[in-house]
Amino acid sequence: MIALWSNLHPALQMLLKGLAVILVIFPIAGASSLAERKVSAWIQGRPGPNRAIPIWFAWVPVIGPMLQKLGVFHLMSDGVKMLFKEDALPGHVNKPYFILAPILAMIPAFTTVTVVPFGAYLDAAGRTIPLMLANVDVGILAVFAVGSLGVYSLIIAGWASNSKYPFLGGVRASAQLISYELSMTLSVLPVFLWVNAPGTAGSLSLARVVEFQSQPGFWGGTWFIFLMPVSAFVFLVSLYAETNRQPFDMAECDADLVGGFHTEYGAFKWSLFFVAEYSHMVVGSAVFTLLFLGGWNPLPWVPLSDVAVWLHLADAPILLGLLSIAIFLGKVLCSIFVFMWVRWTIPRFRYDQVMKLGWQRLLPLAIANLIVYALIIAWLQPKN
Amino acid sequence: MATVTVSRKPLSLSERAYLPQILAGMRITLKHLFSPNVTLSYPEQRPAIPPGYRGVPTLVMDPHGREKCVSCQLCEFVCPPKAIRITPGAVPADQPDRAHVEKAPAAFDIDMLRCIYCGLCQEVCPEEAIFLQNQFSMSGYSRDEMVNHKDRLYELGGTLPDQHFKWDKKKAAEEHGNQH
Amino acid sequence: MVDKLFIILSVVTLVSAALVVVNKNAVNAAMFFMLSLVGTAGLFVLLNAYLLAFVLILVYAGAVVSLFLFIIMLLDTRPEAQKSFKKMTVAASLLGGLLLFTGVLSLMTHFVPATAGAKGHVLPPVGASLKGYAEQLFTTYLLPVQVVGFLLLIAMLGVIVLSKRFENKEAAS
Repeated sequence: MIALWSNLHPALQMLLKGLAVILVIFPIAGASSLAERKVSAWIQGRPGPNRAIPIWFAWVPVIGPMLQKLGVFHLMSDGVKMLFKEDALPGHVNKPYFILAPILAMIPAFTTVTVVPFGAYLDAAGRTIPLMLANVDVGILAVFAVGSLGVYSLIIAGWASNSKYPFLGGVRASAQLISYELSMTLSVLPVFLWVNAPGTAGSLSLARVVEFQSQPGFWGGTWFIFLMPVSAFVFLVSLYAETNRQPFDMAECDADLVGGFHTEYGAFKWSLFFVAEYSHMVVGSAVFTLLFLGGWNPLPWVPLSDVAVWLHLADAPILLGLLSIAIFLGKVLCSIFVFMWVRWTIPRFRYDQVMKLGWQRLLPLAIANLIVYALIIAWLQPKN
Repeated sequence: MATVTVSRKPLSLSERAYLPQILAGMRITLKHLFSPNVTLSYPEQRPAIPPGYRGVPTLVMDPHGREKCVSCQLCEFVCPPKAIRITPGAVPADQPDRAHVEKAPAAFDIDMLRCIYCGLCQEVCPEEAIFLQNQFSMSGYSRDEMVNHKDRLYELGGTLPDQHFKWDKKKAAEEHGNQH
Repeated sequence: MVDKLFIILSVVTLVSAALVVVNKNAVNAAMFFMLSLVGTAGLFVLLNAYLLAFVLILVYAGAVVSLFLFIIMLLDTRPEAQKSFKKMTVAASLLGGLLLFTGVLSLMTHFVPATAGAKGHVLPPVGASLKGYAEQLFTTYLLPVQVVGFLLLIAMLGVIVLSKRFENKEAAS
């Protein structure tokens, strides 16, 4: 199977990999949207969507009613509805940009996935090889760079809609995303300072961070969330702001901006924004997992390679790869659940509070954190 | 107008830090995540209707299956949104034991698009013939369907126990020569 | 393959750069600016300078241009709202253009690349890895970096002076 894969033309390989990304991200984003409805319902003491079921499926004994209770078919019917709804184009909008905006929303959402490793296997020599689409040296930088392009879709959507609520949403989005990008970038710097010890080849790869967290020994196996809780906290808060999630969903803010930047959108174009938001959440959670939660290592101080030895999976790279992907996805899904849990707990901030929190609390905290860790690392590093 | 100045306590450190408060809130929501639902799955599960509930107004019959309404039209006059429309008529010839009642509604319409469920018709009825009962869900595809006619009103109302049998007593008194 | 990509990316970069200047609509201009930056980043990728490419996108496309858009949206960009240029502005632009032209001209006539003679000599790809880039930044190019940083600081101070109202100054006048 592996031989068959490597015999394919490189262009075909790339195409298949790209398709795989879309095929994985879309269902996860869809499942997240369903999970959001269910989690919100459970937190509010409701059963949530549990009605829809196709007639031909109602005959299946145990599984049918169970899936119906979980609302799985609502997800499908929603998708079909989005596809077949009339895609209205309001008369007062700037048409090219209005159509461009949802497409722009999808590009960063899908591109960032390519540099995110999502699993690992052991090769013949016992080394851990990360599974990722494009193993570039600049990992985290690529995620930040391409992710920062996501703000354009919001600004353009708000501006092209040519009406006041989307406009305000676009203005808020641009200011907010730029503000929190700073704290986000500063918060991950200590991690990479720690990983790139002097003498090693400098790398910003996310796989390298996970590798670092899977070393043997107490300090080697410690996840960065224990080593750098402040970094993790600042990163998480900035992540919520960057993905436009409550309590930072200033760009949508249904209470005072109707729907924010996507007020004028409907049907398929709106659903693209929707999928993009959840894809951002997925990628953001994945990056958080890789940086602070040990990636595909099942437990702190228990690296994947140990598990492979216990389960005698070291010689079965495909099985081990699947296991690592499952562990990683499990962590990502937990992180997405926390996103939802926070959303249905905390009310939305006021806009001035968002700005104050970003510039006067998080940014100084991130800078102080960076300086403290730089000093600690300089003190710890071997003197020569 | 008297102004009450509420003294506000200054926020404690943990409240100003905000984070402990968020965590406390998340603990509460987590508790709710695992607590049972407080909602009903409506068409399958019906809510328990408390006594004294004012549902759809209906016409009732007495335990002998006889019409109680005498078409006095008090409910029609008292109805605030003018939802009730009564056409008075004679008691049908096939009910000889009610001939002394003199009147019965030939038509009795309640427009449920106008009804405000105030219960004044029930209050005012001297015959205890109209009751707001437990039925609370009315729906229809057209405006005409939302008007309850007489037969529909009796169908909804059914029979309720009667303590007085007012007209039976009256008839008996007449037959015995109105002694008192 | 690389040559074709180079031509495509250069054309995209140059054409969109020209459109930035020519375009009447400020939002269009900003979007073409972004396109031009993406083209430049692509050229960096062709040179294996991934780091520079992503830094360019992160800083310029991610932050600077979106700030431009932010400002443009707050401005009144209708044609009648635009003021005609002052004489001073025209003169300054002419002078600036002249200086730029002389600079480019002297570069074309006098500058000889150090490696032009030695065929097959490949410069180390400094922008490719983080470490090489950082090392160059802190050794060879330390002075230019500091000077540019100082210039940016001055510009920032200027903006603060221009935009902030000083309380006591207003009270005095």
